[in-house]
Amino acid sequence: MSETATTTGRARAPYMNPYLAGFGLGLVLLATFVILGRGLGASGAFSAFLVWLMSFASPDYVTSNAVHSGYWNEGRPLMAFLVFLTVGSFTGAAVSGWLAGRSVFVVEHGPRISSGARLALAFAGGAIMAFGAKLASGCTSGQALTGGALLNVGSWTFMIAVFIGGYALAPLVRRQWL
Amino acid sequence: MTAPLASQGLISDGTELAVALGLGFLFGFFLERAGFGSSRKLAAQFYLYDMSVLKVMFTAIVTAMTGLWLLAAIGWLDLGEIYLVPTFVLPQFVGGLVLGAGFVIGGYCPGTSVAGMATGRIDAMVYALGMLAGLAVYAEVYPAIAAWTKTTALGDAVWPDLLGLPRGLLVVVVALVAAALFYGATKVERAFASWRPAGTP
Repeated sequence: MSETATTTGRARAPYMNPYLAGFGLGLVLLATFVILGRGLGASGAFSAFLVWLMSFASPDYVTSNAVHSGYWNEGRPLMAFLVFLTVGSFTGAAVSGWLAGRSVFVVEHGPRISSGARLALAFAGGAIMAFGAKLASGCTSGQALTGGALLNVGSWTFMIAVFIGGYALAPLVRRQWL
Repeated sequence: MTAPLASQGLISDGTELAVALGLGFLFGFFLERAGFGSSRKLAAQFYLYDMSVLKVMFTAIVTAMTGLWLLAAIGWLDLGEIYLVPTFVLPQFVGGLVLGAGFVIGGYCPGTSVAGMATGRIDAMVYALGMLAGLAVYAEVYPAIAAWTKTTALGDAVWPDLLGLPRGLLVVVVALVAAALFYGATKVERAFASWRPAGTP
């Protein structure tokens, strides 16, 4: 892994202090509540994007499925709050990474695992995460951050479970990271 | 009551999407600033040598929670107008366990995978493909588990109502718990500093 190479040739800047970054994120979340009366989210954008993709193969399948139809949005699945939010966050992260010299095409993994094995685990982890987010009706953004700030009972239950699940599985995939 | 602005009819659908784009930009910007476009940085939370995930997350929660409470206390914001995800205790607990496992296996959560993709992380791109595959499978098996996902329902449930305690008191308690977690996390990071792989920032 060529950790020093960057696409911009800029020197790699250190990360922002976590409390400062958290304060910034908290203000963004607060602004979302105040302006729109709802919080942030991310997994819903993936659901909408999938529905958009599938609609090219079979609009009938999408509209007749109990899960997919919820993102159909009368035939305009991408014209949704969470999709625009996610397009924005992609852009914001791209700008931040570019300014900091952290943008680089790379497969991130620990020293004891191949890139191929890491990518297989990334795919599996994404699929597992999708199930978890659907079961919990939200992910780390829509449930933990948003519901955490609202003192939502289900969100705090979810958040505690996320840490339990992560720490319980961590020893099994230790070779991937350390 | 002036806020949320959307509930006052001040925000059209088109405006909502434009505002989402701008707020999303800042969301992604701060995620990447924190280092959350990197799966190694995120996974470090579970190997104890770098607990930035906990620090960033709880600082954001305390900031927004305190802001909401203050704005509601001065009568400027109607908390009742803010959308709550309804509570289903068991499905959300199990969903959290599954999501936590997916987090340490995949190295990202949905929002941070976007930051990873935006900064060129190929593992984030493959993770996102895995998410799409998982969502497609979930939609197929959903009829079999649909009834269970609606069990242990509490509706729109918040701790102040459930416990019968003032929101302001719980805001202070959560802030104090967060401060204690930050103090503990920093001690844990020092104790496990030797686990940090060479060359990780």
